[in-house]
Amino acid sequence: MSKVVVVTSGKGGVGKTTTTANIATGLALKGYKTVAIDFDVGLRNLDLVLGCERRVVYDFVNVLKGEAKLHTALIRDTRIETLHVLAASQTRDKDALDAEGVGKVIKELKEMGFDYIICDSPAGIEKGAQMAMYFADEAIVVCNPEVSSVRDADRVIGLLAAKTNRAENNNPIRTHLLLTRYSPMQVKKGEMLSVDDVLELLGVPLLGVIPESKIVLLSSNKGTPAVLDETTDVAQAYLDVVHRFAGEEREHRFIQEEKRGIFQRLFG
Amino acid sequence: MALFESVVDYFRRTPKTASIAKDRLSVIVARERASTRGGADYLPQLQQELLAVLAKYENIDLQHVSVKLDKTGDCEVLELNITLPEQFVAKKAHAAV
Repeated sequence: MSKVVVVTSGKGGVGKTTTTANIATGLALKGYKTVAIDFDVGLRNLDLVLGCERRVVYDFVNVLKGEAKLHTALIRDTRIETLHVLAASQTRDKDALDAEGVGKVIKELKEMGFDYIICDSPAGIEKGAQMAMYFADEAIVVCNPEVSSVRDADRVIGLLAAKTNRAENNNPIRTHLLLTRYSPMQVKKGEMLSVDDVLELLGVPLLGVIPESKIVLLSSNKGTPAVLDETTDVAQAYLDVVHRFAGEEREHRFIQEEKRGIFQRLFG
Repeated sequence: MALFESVVDYFRRTPKTASIAKDRLSVIVARERASTRGGADYLPQLQQELLAVLAKYENIDLQHVSVKLDKTGDCEVLELNITLPEQFVAKKAHAAV
């Protein structure tokens, strides 16, 4: 049974593509046949974060327009054979995405036996974002503990509840919250909204918390998703999310400040 | 240094910015939910257009016009609430005399 998942946020720059790359890679590492689709037509980036930018020949729009077969446009990851990518086009064609075409591609991916189809939404709430969420069974709303991100997340949660294929058929999608760039130290000082604050405001169950870390930038520099080096806190956090998403129980981590020694506290 | 800052923080009574953020968000999120959720996404536009009409006649701004869609069971109630500014009411009363 395949599952279509949208990674969305409303606001840009909060970590949708990073999250898509890590969750797709994590699910593929667990053996699930996974495809990540970039819905950001005109601003392709998922390929870069996943490190397959030089292997893009055909893209999602080529497939939608019938210029390429789906299986020729799918890029198989060189590290994990269960991971596939469908890149967005670099040419801006806002009419390229329509429900009929996107629905057909998703149906075909399901027939190809993909367990997870992860749709990386563009920022905003326009056509691309609407198409990315339309066929979803589950949604991951990525949010930073910051006012504009929380406000936009709330708008998107409203859209997810109303403007999806499932919503139209009275079978609402499951929406999860992923809080990224979280800094327990700033929360403790009262400088940042806490997990509980954001959960109370948005009223959506928590999928996980990803700590603020320089690892995210280092990983995208290299085109290697963080989960591939499981020694880092970001990788651990994303792997927890992947396990939870696949239905396993994992206690939430990275919410409390790590205990520091007395000298660090005095002279930190 | 960190110890000194903590001591200063402890005695400083200014509200933390995180709680300011939370308060501001609770207000704006509740307001936007009321105006955008519930199926009718034309409500903000309706509010703007009503305002444009009213503004032709009186000095009225956005906070004087509220548009709400309530759902009770299968019944939807569109509630328009226009608060007239005081001088408008006063002028009307004067004209009537």
